[in-house]
Amino acid sequence: MDTIQVSKSMRPMTGAQAVAEAMRQINPDVVAMYPITPQTPIIETFAKIVADGRASTEIIRVESEHSAMSATVGAAAAGARAMTATAANGLALMDEIVYIAASMRLPIVMPIANRALSGPINIHCDHSDTMNVRDSGWIQIYSETAQEAYEQMFLALKLAEHKDVLLPAMVCQDGFVTSHGVENVKIHDDETMKKFIGEYKPEYALLDVDNPVTYGPLQLQDYYFETKKQQVDAMKNAKRIFLEIGKELSQITGHDYGYFEKYEMDDAEAVLIAMNSTAGNIKAVVDKMRKEGKKVGMMKLRLFRPFPYEEIAEALKDVPVVGVFDRAESFGARPPLYGEIRNALFDLDKKPDMQSFVFGLGGRDIFSHQIEDAFNMLLDGKMTDETKYIGCRGC
Amino acid sequence: MPFNLKEVYKWPKRFMPGGRTCAGCAIPVVARTVLAATKDPVVASNATGCMEVTSTIYPFTTWNMPWIHNAFENAAATISGVETAFRSLKAQGKIPKDKEIKFVAFGGDGGTYDIGLQSLSGALERGHNFVYVCYDNEGYMNTGNQRSSATPYGAATTTSPAGKVKQGKEEWRKDLVKIASAHNIPYAAQAAVHNLADLYMKAEKAFSVKGPAFITVLSPCTTLWKYPPHLTMQYSKLAVETRFWPLFEIEEGKVKVNYKPSKDVPVTEFLKGQGRFRHLFKPENSDMLKRIQQHVDEAWERLLKMDGI
Repeated sequence: MDTIQVSKSMRPMTGAQAVAEAMRQINPDVVAMYPITPQTPIIETFAKIVADGRASTEIIRVESEHSAMSATVGAAAAGARAMTATAANGLALMDEIVYIAASMRLPIVMPIANRALSGPINIHCDHSDTMNVRDSGWIQIYSETAQEAYEQMFLALKLAEHKDVLLPAMVCQDGFVTSHGVENVKIHDDETMKKFIGEYKPEYALLDVDNPVTYGPLQLQDYYFETKKQQVDAMKNAKRIFLEIGKELSQITGHDYGYFEKYEMDDAEAVLIAMNSTAGNIKAVVDKMRKEGKKVGMMKLRLFRPFPYEEIAEALKDVPVVGVFDRAESFGARPPLYGEIRNALFDLDKKPDMQSFVFGLGGRDIFSHQIEDAFNMLLDGKMTDETKYIGCRGC
Repeated sequence: MPFNLKEVYKWPKRFMPGGRTCAGCAIPVVARTVLAATKDPVVASNATGCMEVTSTIYPFTTWNMPWIHNAFENAAATISGVETAFRSLKAQGKIPKDKEIKFVAFGGDGGTYDIGLQSLSGALERGHNFVYVCYDNEGYMNTGNQRSSATPYGAATTTSPAGKVKQGKEEWRKDLVKIASAHNIPYAAQAAVHNLADLYMKAEKAFSVKGPAFITVLSPCTTLWKYPPHLTMQYSKLAVETRFWPLFEIEEGKVKVNYKPSKDVPVTEFLKGQGRFRHLFKPENSDMLKRIQQHVDEAWERLLKMDGI
């Protein structure tokens, strides 16, 4: 009888459970919880972990996402390692405080199960929720798989808490596709991960009552600007330090954490760029088309904020045609990822041709044949100035 | 400890001078009296509003104690995070077991009765060990006198102005102490800024109970109630003497009226001289004055009944 060899540390789990496992290992001091599909299994799993005594976290079961982020800000400013998790409308509701968390330089880590924003109300995956806060001052890391979502929680935490960064970070995974899809996930050794993240020693804590601090004072024309510029500089640092911490994490996990993953790009005549789970679908199509002798490749973007413009330009400079897969729309403008990639390529002497694709809004499935059609469109030189809407009736 | 004004103000200075409130503002008095009512260290959160904008402007702060302003509607949620962090760090031995810290959230009536009510309700229901203090100046004064659900009936505000066909706010104010108390919290109270002994006693009780406590303090606003700045304490006193603003507390569900005026002073004594009520004294609005008096009388009777008097 055939048997499949699975390492003892490999366990079947969903992306949501994998992230909750990361939270168990991180053992935050405070977690604020509020349910929203498809994020809910993250907090449910973690609540059970705490109920079973496998983490010593204090949970605040708040009455809204606005209060979830507000309480997380309070806890983080108090000097605690603090987290919450959300998706879609929950992220939109906490939007105001998402910006404030970044301006207070609180290293909060927040897993996201990406879901379409209302309206119409929809519970399924797209990236409109996190694109809505792309200018909020949070680091945004995207995950193809449950394994990546799990490991990138540690990367995000260590990056957020770095003294030259001190910015909050969201670790995104696709709602349902990844959050509810079961994969084999390798959970790394507790002690190793604990050592990797280290002790949290905040410099300014409200609970350090002998050294009182004022958090969130009024800043008008004379200081607000400088505070914002400091956030700009912190983001620049985050970009550099992301790679350093990624290398350190690689030594534990054996995985790479570049700004992006290049898949069969070396001699590619056409490259598609995507984020989160769809990168996996595209890889399968690349494999199939490569077997047919078609030189196609893929770029999976991991770090969306800060955005690695120069590195992307360098990686794409010899690619004749680039297609960008956006799972979000920017009404009246070019789709967000496409806009950034186009921006990155502007400085190249020889610019690749480009094509914008929007797919999967509100959880609309994307099929291999549609990805293949997109590649063929690029290979056949049929680019247009208009965005192509994949799988949308009447588009 | 019995109230002694001189003694109280000798204690650690937490709310420092140099803030930018209007002359005659009640807010610093509320802050100092409340913060004097415990000798333990205190961490405060503060809703956006008059107190927050006048007590900080970067790089200056009035707060000689840990303080956080997050946003308008979330002072309670924010302090609940701070308080939870304290419990967590204490349980983990990262803060000594015998360390005592008190937690207080300050908000105006806009940030408490209106936009922050959900956040307040959530924090009260969850049972965090904190004191919420609302300085109630009966409107959105920081933005220039707009109507809140704490604005009294008949008051002219910029969003409920008195005009040819409308005569100010058309609704009665929200009874927030009862709403807070309905969360079955150990302590809820209504105080007024002129009666420092009463406010101090209430703050002391609020800090000493285990679990959430709520106090709303009448804080007359010279600028937008429109009376001369030296009359703030007088208007606070008149509000109580006319029974417009009774001083009472609800301790473990039991109502106690803390002060019973010895004379029947008509509510007009409180209303007159305030620009926001000026239109009520026109002959054609005499019915409104009657209605206000009737409302005050009925509310007072109900309150006495709740006290078992």
